[in-house]
Amino acid sequence: MASLATVLCFLTLPIVAIFVDTGPLELLASLREDGALEALRLSVVCSAIAIGIIVLVGTPAAYLLATRRFRGRATVVTLIEIPLVLPPAVAGIGLLAALGPNGLLGSLIDDAGIELVLTTAGVIVALTFVSAPFFLRQAQSAFEALDRTWLDASRTLGASEPRTFLAVAIPTAGPGLISGLALAWGRALGEFGATLMFAGSFRGVTQTVPLAIYQDFSTDFTGALALSAVLVAVSAALLLSVKLLGGSEWLGGAAR
Amino acid sequence: MRARRRVLPLAALLLVAGLVLAGCGGDGGPPRAPDASKPTLTVSAAASLKKAFTAYGKEFQAADARFSFAGSDELAAQIRQGVKPDVFAAANTKLPDQLFAKGLVEKPTVFAGNRLVLAVPAEGGKVTSLTDLERQGVTVAIGAPSVPVGSYTRTVLGKLPASRSRAIMANVRSEEPDVAGIVGKLTQGAVDAGFVYVSDVRGTDGKLETIELPDEAQPSVAYGVALVKGAKQPTQAEAFIDGLVSGPGQRQLEAAGFEPPPSG
Repeated sequence: MASLATVLCFLTLPIVAIFVDTGPLELLASLREDGALEALRLSVVCSAIAIGIIVLVGTPAAYLLATRRFRGRATVVTLIEIPLVLPPAVAGIGLLAALGPNGLLGSLIDDAGIELVLTTAGVIVALTFVSAPFFLRQAQSAFEALDRTWLDASRTLGASEPRTFLAVAIPTAGPGLISGLALAWGRALGEFGATLMFAGSFRGVTQTVPLAIYQDFSTDFTGALALSAVLVAVSAALLLSVKLLGGSEWLGGAAR
Repeated sequence: MRARRRVLPLAALLLVAGLVLAGCGGDGGPPRAPDASKPTLTVSAAASLKKAFTAYGKEFQAADARFSFAGSDELAAQIRQGVKPDVFAAANTKLPDQLFAKGLVEKPTVFAGNRLVLAVPAEGGKVTSLTDLERQGVTVAIGAPSVPVGSYTRTVLGKLPASRSRAIMANVRSEEPDVAGIVGKLTQGAVDAGFVYVSDVRGTDGKLETIELPDEAQPSVAYGVALVKGAKQPTQAEAFIDGLVSGPGQRQLEAAGFEPPPSG
């Protein structure tokens, strides 16, 4: 019991402090500043696009990983999960080494006329890289937990493989997929290091909320706190809506 | 499958442990064990001081110096929030003076100067002069307004005709939190040019080249250092600061390309 109380206090105290330090009025006032709104807009747009890409490409990939058995599958699963434990700074330097102007694919990307480094597109790349494994992992567990006989029944009844995937697998694995989406989105909203190293920090272009908080911290602690409070609120709203959508399945999905 | 899933992480863990151990033994001599007899001196210092201070720290005998390098503004903000390193060294005199006025540090001392320059990649650069920065399609990295290097940069640009400084600002692609970020963007080829200190360019071992700024545009770059009030090791902190003003610290600063404190 005491340990639970300790855990609870330790994990909630910093969040409580953010709200105690900033009154609701200050919070609103800080939001009216151009920089804050621009950062918020950029964070929401970039993370939403990143999540869109992750869900579109990641869902079928996770389904294949969960339902097919092939040589090297365990290795593939491990490789995909590596970014999960990668420090963000390592992710940033890795992205530069791979996709930067002097990177492995740098000239290829340049020849294609694509600009990633220090652009909004670069922010989306960084967010996608760091948050994709959170969704993939969760989606894979959700698909693995499916009752195979349902999928077989669908196939026996003449449904094609894509149709089985869309009409049976996705709806049944829904809660697990949504919880994966929330985890990935939360990670994307909070991304700092990889974004700073790969995409830089420029107001309205690459400066997401965490970067704006870091920059404000040195000159305007109250402003930085207020912006943090907004990020906490957005993330909490995300978590809550997912819990409501996913219902009681949410916890089960998260724990496999 | 189940069994393999268990073996794989174990193998990976062993691999990681092996790499870490190999890394520890890699730098020649025996690993530097923390000396129990020596006190630990914590120094918060501007990112541009990294090379000089790290070298000075190895020479410094009175204590085991530990450094925290970041933008001077971030370090000052930490001190305002109650963080107490023993020594605070900034890339300007404004931040230590402000902290002194608030009673958070002792009276600051100016210990070094530096020069702001335009840095460009040594090879294949698009920029060969300050004027080139105004061309469309050229990309530039500068410091954020609150970090000293960013504020010096804005001073320089402010001395140019408004149309020229506007053209340069329009080419800025990133406002980095510290000088290390600007150097990183430059060495990775992410930008064509950046405003940094001359000592930063020297620290890249030839990866970057310097384009001097016109004398009339050059800001006076002075580094201030102060003993933090409530420091745990005030005696060692004093000794550290003394060595910066004249002694091994000053020599390391010179070796790293710093200049003597600007007069006046």
